[in-house]
Amino acid sequence: MSKMTLEELRKLREAKKQEAAQRDTEGKDTLVIVGMGTCGIAAGAKDVVDALLDELKKVGNENVIIRQAGCMGLCHVEPTVEVRSPGIPNTIYGNVDGEVARKIVRQHIMDGRLVNKHVYDKPAADIIEQ
Amino acid sequence: MHYTLCDCVMDLIQNSVEAGSSLIQLNMKQSADSLDVSIRDNGCGMTDDELKRATDPFYSDGVKHKHRKVGLGLPFLIQTVTMTDGRFDIRSEKGRGTEIDIRFNPVHIDTPPLGDPVALLYQVMCFQGDYDLTAVRSLSKGTEEQSYQVNRKEMLDVLGDLESAASLGLLRDYINSQEEDLLS
Repeated sequence: MSKMTLEELRKLREAKKQEAAQRDTEGKDTLVIVGMGTCGIAAGAKDVVDALLDELKKVGNENVIIRQAGCMGLCHVEPTVEVRSPGIPNTIYGNVDGEVARKIVRQHIMDGRLVNKHVYDKPAADIIEQ
Repeated sequence: MHYTLCDCVMDLIQNSVEAGSSLIQLNMKQSADSLDVSIRDNGCGMTDDELKRATDPFYSDGVKHKHRKVGLGLPFLIQTVTMTDGRFDIRSEKGRGTEIDIRFNPVHIDTPPLGDPVALLYQVMCFQGDYDLTAVRSLSKGTEEQSYQVNRKEMLDVLGDLESAASLGLLRDYINSQEEDLLS
């Protein structure tokens, strides 16, 4: 890849926007939150974000919002990924690696089926607001 | 300790964002025998006493997690540099911000690998919050030094947002092209 200029980047973004507008926008209300505290980083959250981006591009659903948060309080099962998708209860996944992240995209976001083995119901008790 | 040096830096920037900084400057200067990292933020800062406690792995301010007894961000950094003949200096002023200067020693056998600077740089741009961040990555090759710079506000302006998978993917491609050019 040759060195990209800001102008080229701007044009690519415009093209993506038009492409997205023309396509079926299923999943555009989906929000994915990745825990990026010390615990998440130590457990490999960076690779998880990378894998999510790769897979979302592959399945052609780049409208999904990805947010990086700090520690979600589930340090023992980091990396953690929370998925908020219309029609499915908000779900927190734990022990997520690149492969599980790709599964979350294909199975949960695209197909509406939970990745059962990695579901952790809700944040740890110490960060739930009373 | 963290698996890579980039993970260590990522953790420190996350601290800066969480400290409510509106301005963060990250410099990474790499040569064959050193990696100098400096971070400047204008976040909430710490008193001398808080700073001393922040370096203790068995201390956390308890604000975020009431019952948590550990805080490992800075201790991971200190552990990494002290066991590999690196150096670090952290200065902080309550209400003004924090400055960190680190010299990692890539020559030491126990120094973790550099890791992935591209992932580091695009991901530090994407934390939640209204902050500006300028990252400068430079590489010395013999007597010559080359560098590139990424600025968060500029990226927001060009991409429109820094949270859709489409924007993040393009941001990654952009930084990757700068990195490839730097390494070539």
